[in-house]
Amino acid sequence: MLLIECPWCGARDEAEFTYGGEAHVVRPENPEAVSDSEWADYLFYRKNPRGDHLEQWCHSSGCRRWFNAQRDTVTYEIKRVYQVGSPPPGGEG
Amino acid sequence: MKYSLFSLIRNGLSHHERWPRAWRSPELKGSYDVVIVGGGGHGLATAYYLAKEHAVTSVAVLEKGYVGGGNTGRNTEIVRSNYLWDDAARLYEFSLKLWQDLSRELNFNLMYSKRGLLSLGHSLQEMRDIARRVNANRLNGIDSELLSAEEVREMVPILNTSPGARYPVLGASLQRRGGTARHDAVAWGLARAADGLGVDVVQQCEVTGFRRENGRVVGVDTTKGYVAAKRVGVVTAGSSGVLASMAGFRLPIESHPLQAWVSEPVKPTLDAVVMSNAVHAYVSQTDRGELLAGAGIDSYNGYGQRGSFSVPEHAISSLVELFPIFSRLRMMRQWAGIVDTCPDACPIIGATPVDGLYFNCGWGTGGYKATPGSGWVFAYTLATGRPHRLNAPFSLDRFRTGRLIDEHGAAGVAH
Repeated sequence: MLLIECPWCGARDEAEFTYGGEAHVVRPENPEAVSDSEWADYLFYRKNPRGDHLEQWCHSSGCRRWFNAQRDTVTYEIKRVYQVGSPPPGGEG
Repeated sequence: MKYSLFSLIRNGLSHHERWPRAWRSPELKGSYDVVIVGGGGHGLATAYYLAKEHAVTSVAVLEKGYVGGGNTGRNTEIVRSNYLWDDAARLYEFSLKLWQDLSRELNFNLMYSKRGLLSLGHSLQEMRDIARRVNANRLNGIDSELLSAEEVREMVPILNTSPGARYPVLGASLQRRGGTARHDAVAWGLARAADGLGVDVVQQCEVTGFRRENGRVVGVDTTKGYVAAKRVGVVTAGSSGVLASMAGFRLPIESHPLQAWVSEPVKPTLDAVVMSNAVHAYVSQTDRGELLAGAGIDSYNGYGQRGSFSVPEHAISSLVELFPIFSRLRMMRQWAGIVDTCPDACPIIGATPVDGLYFNCGWGTGGYKATPGSGWVFAYTLATGRPHRLNAPFSLDRFRTGRLIDEHGAAGVAH
């Protein structure tokens, strides 16, 4: 069971949260201008790393706000949480 | 050595101390025609059918841990083929037909038990979806029946079918050929049969990289040294993304923990597999008497081979509502496998952006039932360099063309 630090409510049980998948996935500005491969990349292709993962969580049973987290996908340790819209830690993306 | 009643008696006379090893522990050679990465059921089945159907016997199966130690030994053993869409139905039905004779063919008892598989409907809409799926199955020549609540009650009397139940049972679909097969036996039987045909099954051999020349894969680096290969097939389930990134491309796949658990053993009480899509739980009873149950994936990406407590808590509370008789059972073991979920809940079997490198992945939560069929079509692909008509629709390219095979929910989800 994960203990997740909501930036607004503090540490709460994982069951209160909804997982939102990889963070910093940017929708192409002009979808009609990109190739099928680029569109597929945006829709379906994800990094799925073994190790640090930048991901979105929503405190759906609490304050209902979205935020980002950096979590290790092997140890499940959440290394930091940060606000949606702020740049990814370490310039990753 | 052929397993038979006579071999059992003969070895019984020597107190079962002289059984030969079921398969060799060969040294890794310098080169093979085909190297298969991943010694789970799908990888071993691929090697077995390469040797048996295509006479390709210069094959190595490289396994990071031990044979059957990954998802093959971490599932709920369910075998069925009642998928909605034609492409998926054909592939899973082909696989189900291979299960029929596989024990005899491998000379290894896989304990395939056609005990019948029920998918419960708890709402009118769910019953409509179930009726649609049953009809689609029958049009594809797959046995499938629509049961009324009364018929479900007769088949599974311990199910709570009272009108006031938290999850009222309005009916179910039934696939009589569906059931279970012993997962460890599948890994061992396939490893032994492949080994008997000359395949090298090399355990504790982790792949650390792919070597390429002019864009074509020429071999793999492993913890036991470099091995050259004309073709490489990767069948590594939850680790597929890691292997793909070694080869320099990405996959439309995310890895999640999928949990299952068994209770203490009890007397025979449940002789069918019962699944409920609405509460996302499924249960059967093993030959040892344990209730074997599973649920949906943990929501987050993970490689940790363990899951969060909230998933079993939810599934078990639902199962106890469905089966009040289970309420005082204690759970003995819990485990998780790392499954490779695909956006359309269907596998990717075939070519990759790297010449000579083929992937068989994306089976997500439901790969076990497809073990023989998956190996059969992947062996065909590795032997000929092109997909068989059964796996042609399951190309990586479908995510670019948009020709997805959306089995999310269509197959009753719970695997």
